[in-house]
Amino acid sequence: MEAQAPSHVQSSWAYLTIFAALVVLTGTTVGAALAPLGHWHIPVALLIAAGKAILIYLFFMHGLESGRLVWLIVMGALLCLSILLSFTLADYRSRPDDSHLRGLRSAACEQCRTTSG
Amino acid sequence: MLSANLVKPGVLPGALPHEAPATQEPLASQFADLYQQREVATLGMWVFLATEILFFGGPLTAYAIYGGRFSDDFVAASERLSVPLGALNTVVLLGSSLTVALAVRAARLGQFRSVSLLVLATIVLGVVFLGIKALEYSHDYAEGLIPGIRFTAEWRPGVEARHAELFFFFYFFLTLLHAVHMLVGLAAWAVLLLRTLRGRFSVRWNAPIEVAGLYWHFVDVVWVFLFPLLYLLRH
Repeated sequence: MEAQAPSHVQSSWAYLTIFAALVVLTGTTVGAALAPLGHWHIPVALLIAAGKAILIYLFFMHGLESGRLVWLIVMGALLCLSILLSFTLADYRSRPDDSHLRGLRSAACEQCRTTSG
Repeated sequence: MLSANLVKPGVLPGALPHEAPATQEPLASQFADLYQQREVATLGMWVFLATEILFFGGPLTAYAIYGGRFSDDFVAASERLSVPLGALNTVVLLGSSLTVALAVRAARLGQFRSVSLLVLATIVLGVVFLGIKALEYSHDYAEGLIPGIRFTAEWRPGVEARHAELFFFFYFFLTLLHAVHMLVGLAAWAVLLLRTLRGRFSVRWNAPIEVAGLYWHFVDVVWVFLFPLLYLLRH
């Protein structure tokens, strides 16, 4: 078995181009924050950030040349993150009473406090 | 004692002559060759980064919950942060990712003089990032934006100061967590710079530079998300 490290090496210009794209996207995200986007500010900002992250992953972190196992690990982590975010937010957004978020004791909490105490 | 004469450290018994590493090439005894050792090292870093995604994911989820509930107060608090300094720091950190990517490239090509210079540039850019962050923190202190310690800033009518304080708690928690990661990365680069100058790496063995590079890029990706989420909340 020939044991050689992968000899695939990108040109310096490729990396400089990716860096330029990342700087342009940083400018875009600042510009988008100043634009009247209303409720679309966070989705647009996250979309741009995701684009930057994908560029860094594919080129700087050599995601393009990495094996299936690395893809599996990255996708697995992102899947877990999406489960964490979506289930937690679905829970909080669907609660009629959010007094616990506002730091107030709800009537139900007051009751459980007195019964346990 | 018994095996000392049978197995030299770093050389697997039965290794083919052309695979037998030079004495300074640190092949650990459990690996067949340096290529396998490199694969395991990078895979280990990827697994660690997977746990890091969820480590940062926890506080970001809490931030999403409270930011969604108190969006007006969080926007008012976010507007107190300096967008020019935040954007400048983003570019500085992206620049350090560029120097890291070029350092890994130079290591693969065996250009170790370039590697030293690029790693040094990375350290300088990392220190500049932390310096700008310290400048921002001192502004925050002067303006009374330190939650729990000195939160005396004036807010326009309609903004609940307690909720703005909560925003600044998330701001400091997330940026300090990120800064700790930067410090760890800077320490790693300092060690790797010394090792590079001592000629410890070669075209065949430069995995530590690559692995540290993966970590550094990840810390950059975290900041890419933190910058808009913390600095650019607007209506």
